[in-house]
Parts: sequence; C-alpha cells; structure tokens
Amino acid sequence: MLNYFIKRLLGLIPTLFIVMTVVFFFIHLLPGDPARLVAGPEADDTVVNMIRHELGLDKPLWQQFGQFFINIINGDFGISIRTKRPVIDEIAMRFMPTLLLTLTSMFWSVLVGMAIGMVSAVWRNKWQDRLGMAFAVTGISFPSFALGMMLIQIFSVKLGWLPTVGAASWQHYILPSLTLGASVAAVMARFTRSSFIDVLHEDYIRTARAKGLKESVVVIKHSLRNAMIPVITMMGLQFGFLLGGSIIVEKVFNWPGLGRLLIDSVEARDYPIIQIEVLLFSLEFILINLVVDFLYAAMNPTIRYQ
Amino acid sequence: MHTNGSTTIDVTSASQGQVRTPWREFWRKFKRQKIAVVAASFILLLIVVAIFGRWLAPYDAENDFDYMLINEGPSMAHWFGVDALGRDIFSRILIGTQLSLTAGFFSVALGAVVGTMMGLMAGFYGGWWDRITMRISDVLFAFPGMLLAIGVVAIMGNGMINVIVAVSIFSIPAFARLVRGNTLVLKNMTYIEAVKSIGASNWTIIMRHILPGTVSGIVVYFTMRIGTSIITAASLSFLGLGAQPPTPEWGAMLNEAQADMMIAPHVAIFPSLAIFFTVLAFNLLGDGLRDALDPKLDQK
Repeated sequence: MLNYFIKRLLGLIPTLFIVMTVVFFFIHLLPGDPARLVAGPEADDTVVNMIRHELGLDKPLWQQFGQFFINIINGDFGISIRTKRPVIDEIAMRFMPTLLLTLTSMFWSVLVGMAIGMVSAVWRNKWQDRLGMAFAVTGISFPSFALGMMLIQIFSVKLGWLPTVGAASWQHYILPSLTLGASVAAVMARFTRSSFIDVLHEDYIRTARAKGLKESVVVIKHSLRNAMIPVITMMGLQFGFLLGGSIIVEKVFNWPGLGRLLIDSVEARDYPIIQIEVLLFSLEFILINLVVDFLYAAMNPTIRYQ
Repeated sequence: MHTNGSTTIDVTSASQGQVRTPWREFWRKFKRQKIAVVAASFILLLIVVAIFGRWLAPYDAENDFDYMLINEGPSMAHWFGVDALGRDIFSRILIGTQLSLTAGFFSVALGAVVGTMMGLMAGFYGGWWDRITMRISDVLFAFPGMLLAIGVVAIMGNGMINVIVAVSIFSIPAFARLVRGNTLVLKNMTYIEAVKSIGASNWTIIMRHILPGTVSGIVVYFTMRIGTSIITAASLSFLGLGAQPPTPEWGAMLNEAQADMMIAPHVAIFPSLAIFFTVLAFNLLGDGLRDALDPKLDQK
C-alpha cells in the first residue's frame, strides 16, 4: 500500500507540470496587453513600457516561462491588477468559503444519491425505483442557477426561513449547498443504481442468497462493497463538476468565494488572479482524485498489486 | 416503402418475424418506451419552434417595449408575462429556443466528430498515437468543464459562437474514450480479420467496418450530452460570458431576471422551465435510446 501511495504521489509531478504549462500559455493567449491593464487607460507609452519591463514581459517567452515557475515555487503569486493587493491575500480570504461549500455539497449529495440509488436498485421497477429515478432525472435536468433562484424565492423571500446572500453563519450554507449538490446527488443516484443492479446479478450474490442469508446482509455486506468501486470513481469526477458548479452558485448567492472572484477577474482581465485560481482549482481536483484513488485501492486489492 | 408491390414480400416476412434488421429491432424496442417517445415528440416540437419561432412569436422579442406593463405577470395578452423592460417573455422564450438548441446540438456535434476521430485512430492504431490521444483526454478531463469553458471564453471573447467552441472542447475526451473502447473490441473481431484478408485499406476498415459498430454508443451519448451542453451554454450566458443582452437566450434572460426576482419571480420562472423541459426531454430520450440500443439489457 505504501509503495502504491508513493508511486501515485510521484505521478502528480508531471501532471502538475502539464497543468502549469497549460496555465502559462493560456494566460499568454488572453487578449489585451497586461502592461496596459496595469498602467490603466490614461497612461502614456513610456509608463506602459516601464511597467512591461518591471513585470518582465519584454523578456523572451522561455525566460518568462522559467520565471513563472520559480515564482510559483517560491510562493510569489504576484499582485492583483484590479485591487492592487497581493494575489495570495485575495485568494486566502475566499478559499475557505468555497472549500466548505463544495465539501458540504459533496457530503449530502453523495449520501442522499447513494441511498436513492440503492433503494432504486433493490426495489427495481417498483414505485420506489420510479420515484427515485424521477427525482434523479429532474436533478440532472434542472440548471443550478435556476434552482438557486427558486430556492431563494421560496425559503428566503416567501417563507423567510433562511438568509439570502453571504456566508456569515451555518444557515447561509443550506441553500447554496442544496443548489450545488442537487445535480451531483442525481448523478450519484443513477450511477449507484446501475452499479448495484450489475452486482445484484453476479453469481456470488446468488450464492449468498442460496446459502440462506438475510436479504439485508446480501445487500449491505455482499453487494455494497463491490458496487461502491465504480461509484467512488464517479465521486472523484463529480468533484470537478462541483468546483465548476460553485462558480455559478456563488454568483447566484453572491458568495464570497473563489468562483465569484474568478468571474470578476475574467471580466476585469485580472490575469495574475486568473492564473493562480485555475492552478488552484486544478490542484484541488487532482488532489481529490488522488484521495479517491486511495479509497479505491483500499476497497479493491487487485489495484494495489498491479 | 410499403405501397409498391416489390416490397410486399418484405413486409409479410417481417410480420412473420423472420426479417429483423437492426433498425426494426431498435424501433420495436424504442416504441415500447412510452416516456422516450413523448420526449422525442416534444423535441420535434421544439425543433419546429426553433425554425419557425420568428413567425410564431406574437411580439418582437428584442425591440417591443411596453413601458406601461413593466414586470406585469401572465395575462391573456402576454401568456408568460412581461419583463423589466416591458418585453413579452413568451416571445423571447420562443426565439430563444433556436439559440439553445443550436448551441446544444452544434457544441456536441463538434465534440463528437473530433472525439470520434481521435478515438477511432487511438483504438485502431494503438502505440504512441493512442498514448498521446489518451494523455490529451486525461488533461482535458483534469480541468473541471466549467472552468475550461470560462477559460476558452476568456481567451476568445464573449458570444454564442465562442460558447459553442468552449462547450464542445470538453465533450471531446468523453467521445474519444467511448469510441476508443468500442474500437479496441471491434478490431479483434473475426469480420475485421476477414476484411483485412481481402486487402481492404486501413481507412476503409475504420470508416466502413468499425465506425458503424460504434454508432449506437455515440448516438446515446450524443443525445444525453445535448442536455448537459444546453445547461452549460445557458450557464455561461447567465454568468454574462455567452449571449449578450438584448439577445433572448434563456440563461441570459435569467441573468437579467435576477435583479427583479423579489418583485417579479415570473420573469425568472418561465425561462427556467424552458431550460428544464428541454434538457429533461433530451435526457429522457437518451435514456430511452440507451435501453433500446443496449443488447445487455435484454439479458437481465
């Protein structure tokens, strides 16, 4: 297991290198002159050239590429063009609200989604299944921004039970995480159902039933663990979806997080923030998938020894 | 086809259950999925609205401002009510149908064509070509789709065409993987060996003998993907990165509706429902197609 762990951690290095390279070239493809953006629209050419020299943008591309790497490794992420504050401060302030929002969404949606999927698979083609799958197909078809606006309208405006915008208390997390997690719960429900149905048709399940085990033991002890293997992989992929989805949900709920910061930065062409945010999002996604892979290896011994 | 004499034999033999072409087999199974048939009919209706919406709309969707009726709820004159600028919401939704369907269809089509070609080549030739293709797919998969789309729009600028390109990019790896998997299975089948032995070129083998075998998987995934792509395109417009006002794109309409949500919820409700029912129809059709085309389901 330790060998597997070390191998996977080392495997991160080339992936991170590719992501950093992509981000660097991506930023250089952005339209508009960064030096002009920093200087402001009224500055004359001399000032713009001075800033270009200061930022190192007059150096050859490969030197800038090297500098970009050194800066990132040294933890120097630059200054925001829009707010003139260090990028690291801007991001640090907004990191926790987004992380907590994605984690709470992931938590409830995986639990609820898997429960619905299991119920649907066990009572296949019965009313429980139909109800569960009706919920699931509704969940994947309803756009999150529309759902968010609807929830605000019902629970905040009409009923007055929950706050509308901001992230000050735990009540603030309820509506955004419901909005963000709904489609993930739906996807997990559909996926768990089909994975369970596959497993329930296996010979070893028939054997378990034939030797007279209770149905609850067959489902929970013999099916669950095997059905979980593909479901866990799906969980990792869904996390990427949550990170993307948080950008939209943060706009609906005016959430003080990274997604909102990214949209504001894209609008203002605040490239130092954009590049670090894209890196951070990718890193987060890669790390989550690594955790998922470890869970996967813990559940499925054949993976560990390959 | 059934009216001329020469096909009578065909019809008779089919009714006796002797001729079961893949197409008939598919149709027989598909017809049984009542929900999918309803979804398909609804999509046909949407296509008609998308083509003729301009003539069906009772008002001008962009320039007909009635300042006396701002944020007015649904009425006989304005079925879905009026928005904050006095425009008829029903007309705007009808016109918006074309934008959403076009964005959904073309973004998936672009992704499907590129992804399918990549998958066919990777699966058939294997080796370094396979490794490069799959590595590119992994990297594309490693970026959350929405982030990638925002990135592409940030580079290329706002607008619907750019949104279509952005959304298509993250459809590519899924199609590439799907088709590669099918190709790997098909290329070792006996009939491919037979085609090789009569001296067919690689191109002929790929295009005429392997591609048709992957089509059913592509069709199912294509249909399911359209729903997701419509949502993503609408999301980008909602964020202000896609269609710009006054274009009646459904996501952009919701963006505009946000400001008056408290006093005029109907301005947001109707575009939301339009997106929901359209995406739902594509998802239900996709489910129906999968059940009709997947041979494994018969055995269970």
